[in-house]
Amino acid sequence: MSVRVSRRNFLKLGAAGLGASSMAMMGFAPDQALASVRHFKLSGATMTRNVCTYCSVGCGMLLYARGDGGANVIDNIYHVEGDPDHPVSRGSLCPRGAGVLDFIHSPSRVKYPEVREPNTNEWKRISWDEAFDRIARHMKDDRDRNFQTHDDQGRLVNRWMTTSMVAASACTNETAYLTQKITRALGILTLDNQARV
Amino acid sequence: MRGDQINLQDIVARSASPTPSPHVRSGNIQQVAKLIDVSVCIGCKACQVACSEWNDLRDEVGHCHGVYDNPIDLSAESFEVMRFSEYVNEEGDLEWLIRKDNCMHCAEPGCLKACPAPGAIVQYANGIVDFNSEHCIGCGYCRAGCPFDIPRYSEKDNKAYKCTLCSDRVYHGLEPACVKSCPTSAIMFGTKEAMLDYGAKRVASLQERGYENAGIYDPAGVGGTHVVYVLQHADKPEIYSGLPKDPQISPVVEAWKGITKPLMSAVLGLSVLTGFFHYMIKGPKEEPEDDPDPEKAAADRELDRREGDRP
Repeated sequence: MSVRVSRRNFLKLGAAGLGASSMAMMGFAPDQALASVRHFKLSGATMTRNVCTYCSVGCGMLLYARGDGGANVIDNIYHVEGDPDHPVSRGSLCPRGAGVLDFIHSPSRVKYPEVREPNTNEWKRISWDEAFDRIARHMKDDRDRNFQTHDDQGRLVNRWMTTSMVAASACTNETAYLTQKITRALGILTLDNQARV
Repeated sequence: MRGDQINLQDIVARSASPTPSPHVRSGNIQQVAKLIDVSVCIGCKACQVACSEWNDLRDEVGHCHGVYDNPIDLSAESFEVMRFSEYVNEEGDLEWLIRKDNCMHCAEPGCLKACPAPGAIVQYANGIVDFNSEHCIGCGYCRAGCPFDIPRYSEKDNKAYKCTLCSDRVYHGLEPACVKSCPTSAIMFGTKEAMLDYGAKRVASLQERGYENAGIYDPAGVGGTHVVYVLQHADKPEIYSGLPKDPQISPVVEAWKGITKPLMSAVLGLSVLTGFFHYMIKGPKEEPEDDPDPEKAAADRELDRREGDRP
């Protein structure tokens, strides 16, 4: 259906439009403009304290997850900032720590055990049980083969020199204790527990 | 309605709005300020990352320009950048001046003055100047009005963006994200008064160490700012990657919004009024008869009345 607008009506409409827009320009706007700040994104989030995983400074972090811990929610971290009560960092973070959220959600993050078999360049996903079994097997074999009870001069040493434990810095005291205990119990001497792992 | 969920009632100025905002609740709201102490900044950019993280911004990964500035300039998705400049002082020694560049939150904001969209730029009683993107029409006048060249236009949604001084965090009793992250306390936050006090102490300390011209950058040309710098060389701020010595709102913006706009509005209103009175006194314009022949003229009028197409 076509709307027929005569020349006269067209001019009238035009004049009305011009008048209305001039009125709006002079401040008689029909709609009152209010303002709003962006909604605060942490209301109701579950806050968890943790230690930054990046380096040996061990800054305190607050991890904010959506969800209140109810049985039907799988929490997801969506904001991280410094822990003001942490004695080391008192709320501050370095650029890496401040951007740790993207590290947590990195698409290349390893989330499950994988193995690259000899003579292949493919990583194959395996189960945790399988991974533990394989690691234990390798360790046992190597230890059985290379464990030294006595050194060249016949002194008792009980050491395993062909395997080393490489741990990261961001562990808690408890983790550090367990790492040390397991490593020493196995007779491993080369233990490195540092930042840039 | 478009992003108007909260009526804050502590807004002291709004762009392009002649009607005053409701701000009875602005009594005893303290003016906040961020202090950036250039002399202790190590240029780590934790503030930049914290800013992106809090504001859910992920700017495009750019290219190395041979300098530490990264990104090389502000953008709609980078509300702040660290600007590195190498300055050779009078003794011939090199000084590495690293300035965190972001919105200064002027007490007399040029962006707000230049903005033609009602409510797109607001100033809260605590001093924060904020963009309400829902009302932004993307004209880019805010950038022209800004003496520090801060707002940036987004090609994604045709709107302008800048640092909000984390108005959402401040509103909820927290400090801005950049302030919290800073590992060297180069960025501090508090009331404007507390920041000026702290700044004075820093300046005294710098002067003791031989920086005779150390001082606080809180330019009076824009009524003072809610982001203040402590500079080692406050006598020449332009060495800090072009920090203006005496920032002013552009005279073009002043003339346009101060004189031209009300004048032209008056002229426009007057001409509409004149037209109205002319119509009332003189009546509508009569067209002369096209045809001297009365019979044909009558037929023409008939055609006009039926509003049909002319043959």
